Amino acid sequence: MNEIAKILLFMVSCVLSNNYIFSRFLGCCPFLGVSSKVETAAGMGVAVTFVMAIASLFTKLLYDLVLVPLNLGYLNTISFIIVIAGLVQLVEMFIKKASPSLYKALGIYLPLITTNCAVLGVTILNISSGYNLFYSILNGTFGALGFLLAIVLMAGVRERLETSKVPECLKGFSGSLIIAGLMAIAFMGFSGLGN
Amino acid sequence: MAKNQKSLSSVFMNGIITENPTLRLVLGTCPTLATTTSAINALGMGAAATFVLIGSNTVISLLRNIIPDKVRIPAFIAVICTFVTIVQMVMQAFLPSLYESLGMFIPLIVVNCIILARAEAFASKNGVLASAVDGLGMGLGFTLAITVMGIIRELIGNGTVFGINLLGAGYEPMLLMVLAPGGFLVFGGVLAVANLITARAEKKKKDEKGVIHA
Repeated sequence: MNEIAKILLFMVSCVLSNNYIFSRFLGCCPFLGVSSKVETAAGMGVAVTFVMAIASLFTKLLYDLVLVPLNLGYLNTISFIIVIAGLVQLVEMFIKKASPSLYKALGIYLPLITTNCAVLGVTILNISSGYNLFYSILNGTFGALGFLLAIVLMAGVRERLETSKVPECLKGFSGSLIIAGLMAIAFMGFSGLGN
Repeated sequence: MAKNQKSLSSVFMNGIITENPTLRLVLGTCPTLATTTSAINALGMGAAATFVLIGSNTVISLLRNIIPDKVRIPAFIAVICTFVTIVQMVMQAFLPSLYESLGMFIPLIVVNCIILARAEAFASKNGVLASAVDGLGMGLGFTLAITVMGIIRELIGNGTVFGINLLGAGYEPMLLMVLAPGGFLVFGGVLAVANLITARAEKKKKDEKGVIHA
């Protein structure tokens, strides 16, 4: 029972109190770039979730089974990025086939998941925090769900802002960042949860 | 060849002002937000990124005729990764406290979009010297922008700049500024000011042109 409670708390903390965007600053580029429409934001979030979960699994296995026995721990960054790049290619091919409209809407940001720091970040974090395989996958999956939550919330706010009057200098990124700041204050309310 | 290459000084200034990677292109937002909790962290991050930019731009420019077009992105990433690993090891050995406070954002320089963007947009098309200068300019532009943000956040959030107390003992630090939301708010504010300045400058240029034509 205790173990289950621990796992549940870990999941909640990944989504809310340790939210990748609002408390760890990972994955901000797509968060700001693809958050103008709820639909595309959700598509991006789902694609990132898939990549992050699978990447957590593969990089953890790679690290434990190949890099550590061969004493090549310092090669983790370069080997992880190659794994991620391959996975992103796979997702890209899948989305292109399954939903051409989503593929078009995501545009340049789809191949850029490779350089989404949340993905590489989560794999490095799994290693540096010493999570085992199960917790690594949980961290990848639920961290990505936190990203999905953040980007969809942001897109919702930005859709409403479209029709309102905003000072010229606050249009675009600067305004979005201030909204994100306010949202981060709200998310601070969750801090301490599940630690 | 000389005709194709812009003058080195304009390439250099391009990175610092016209196409400042942080304030004009809004690339590399994650390290900008995460490492500006204090001025010294920001400066350290900027220096590390500048080194990687110069190194990767130079090597990619040297290899630009050898790397096949189809696999250029993985090739670029491998080059960038090499330099990042060098920075990581050097910093771990000589600046352990800075390494500790920048944490995972050092390996994450690999996925800093500024570096890949310059490799793709500049180094793969230009000569070695110009690419190195471009890397230096972009790196300094990045360093400058994030150091300014680091100074603002450290001053308001802690009352100090580079660890030196400026606001006196009576100052009640506004902790929010060094926490996560402060990063977003300060970056948004700095960006808004940069937008305002650019808009003013453009308007002025237009007005001057208007006078000449009239």
